[in-house]
Amino acid sequence: MQPIRRSLLLPLNLLLAGLSLSLALMVGSVDIPPGEVWSHVLGNDGSIHDRIIDQLRLPRALTAFAVGGLLALAGALMQVLLRNPLGDPYVLGISGGAAAAVLTSMLLALPSPWYTPAAAAGALLSTLLVFGLARSADDWRSDRLLLTGIVVAAGWSALISFVLSVSPASQLPGMLFWLMGDLADALEPGVPLLILACGLALAFVRARDLNIATQGLLQAAALGIDTRRLRLELYFLAALLTAAAVTAAGAVGFVGLVTPHLIRRLGGYDHRILLPAAALLGGSLLVLADSAARTLISPMQLPVGVLTAMIGVPVFLFLLHTQVRR
Amino acid sequence: MSCLLETRQLSVQIGRQTACTGLDLKIAAGECWALLGRNGAGKSTLLHHLAGLRGGHAGSIRIGGQDLVALTARKRAQQAAILLQHSNRGFGASVMDTVLTGRHPHLATLAWESSSDLAIARHCIAALGLQDLAERSLETLSGGELRRVEIARLLAQQSPLSLLDEPTNHLDLAHQATCLRTLQNQCVSPERAMLLVVHDLNLAYQVCDHWLILNGDGSWQAGPRDTLCDPELLSRAYGHPISRIDSGRGPLFLAQL
Repeated sequence: MQPIRRSLLLPLNLLLAGLSLSLALMVGSVDIPPGEVWSHVLGNDGSIHDRIIDQLRLPRALTAFAVGGLLALAGALMQVLLRNPLGDPYVLGISGGAAAAVLTSMLLALPSPWYTPAAAAGALLSTLLVFGLARSADDWRSDRLLLTGIVVAAGWSALISFVLSVSPASQLPGMLFWLMGDLADALEPGVPLLILACGLALAFVRARDLNIATQGLLQAAALGIDTRRLRLELYFLAALLTAAAVTAAGAVGFVGLVTPHLIRRLGGYDHRILLPAAALLGGSLLVLADSAARTLISPMQLPVGVLTAMIGVPVFLFLLHTQVRR
Repeated sequence: MSCLLETRQLSVQIGRQTACTGLDLKIAAGECWALLGRNGAGKSTLLHHLAGLRGGHAGSIRIGGQDLVALTARKRAQQAAILLQHSNRGFGASVMDTVLTGRHPHLATLAWESSSDLAIARHCIAALGLQDLAERSLETLSGGELRRVEIARLLAQQSPLSLLDEPTNHLDLAHQATCLRTLQNQCVSPERAMLLVVHDLNLAYQVCDHWLILNGDGSWQAGPRDTLCDPELLSRAYGHPISRIDSGRGPLFLAQL
């Protein structure tokens, strides 16, 4: 893959975001032609198509965009924190922690308003667990961190299997939603979009520090960065972003893993470009995946997490095996 | 001449091993110091403490006249630059981007590199003979090329004090000579000084006017080179017989095989 001019990365991803959102408004059980989508953007005439767009497709597409952006941003931060391309909320068991917490509260028959705080608590607890366990003296060694994350993820998945096996059959479909990632009921984009915007702004302030942190934390300290504070900030921000994503759409994998890699391979090593570009690309990818999930075997809908995994696995393997070699 | 680095009664421990006890060191601008000692004597650890990357020592360290503990990380990096022993390719950023990160301590939080920062980076890249590699990814460089990129990044930092941990790692003989010459020209001046960890006594003799020797048990010797380049003293420090041969072009040091 050839790097492209870095000044083009943001405009291109902005364009892709626009196109993917427009596509999401067009396709579905009823196809709405592009002309009508555009005239809707310009003014609402109260037709059935307008109501489909307003009440169903637009909120769902925006939620998908926000969740994809949140995951990509969290992935980008974790990859720097770990200095490892495998950094991703899903791989590190943070999404798993959130899903396990929600499933447990479902099993305990807690009312549904509890699910959101449970997901957030699960994600934060999982992050604390991983980083607390991996901590040796004053340093988080990245290989230890990754291994700890993988093992903690395995632990969560065992807990999830346990909950699934003792739960009444009537609860299983609702539980699978959290497990696989699904946007079918995700119609409130406000909060995730707001968290994405705040998270991006906070991370952007640290963008140049992140560039240097990829060269190792000791090097970052040598160049005058308070690495202790940087690590804490990154890790709380990544946990918060993940919690917001999981709360909105369940545990969606691979967006956080693949998106920052794609941007880097296109020449976006500078986090001042990578962070916004990854948020845009992650959002677009999840919107496209969700549009496909809604239409591939319509009228049935696939959970979007299944699709991101089916696309994400080969893409990641391809990226890994075509890495630039000397 | 101003004192760029001063330690008073500095004692540094690494686990149970002692790097130095009661070290009183003064490095003035215009001086070039070699830090010598056997493997595991604590040279890198001492360098990390001097650069403020590690704490937990006894005694005090002053950089540019200010106590290290009173300096923020950023202020410290403006005063002292350190080249780490082990190279790191990061995520594969370009040579230019990597050298530009040397300007980090001089830039405000949200600032982008200015044209003068770019000019400094280009100058440092050229000083290390890397101009043809400027747009290459670090992942595609050889070990020696990567080392030169890191030296260029250190030069771009333009700190009065430069601390270098084995700068000649991975470099061939010709590049060892040219890189050390470049470092001498750029990092030793009426305002600047450097301290480098080096294993080759002959390079240490040619490049540095002062030596600091760690004996491995906490004891140390520091002073002008000519008072310390005694074969008996060196043999004790390295725990191995070292002989000195005086040639027409200065002394040569040989370890007996």
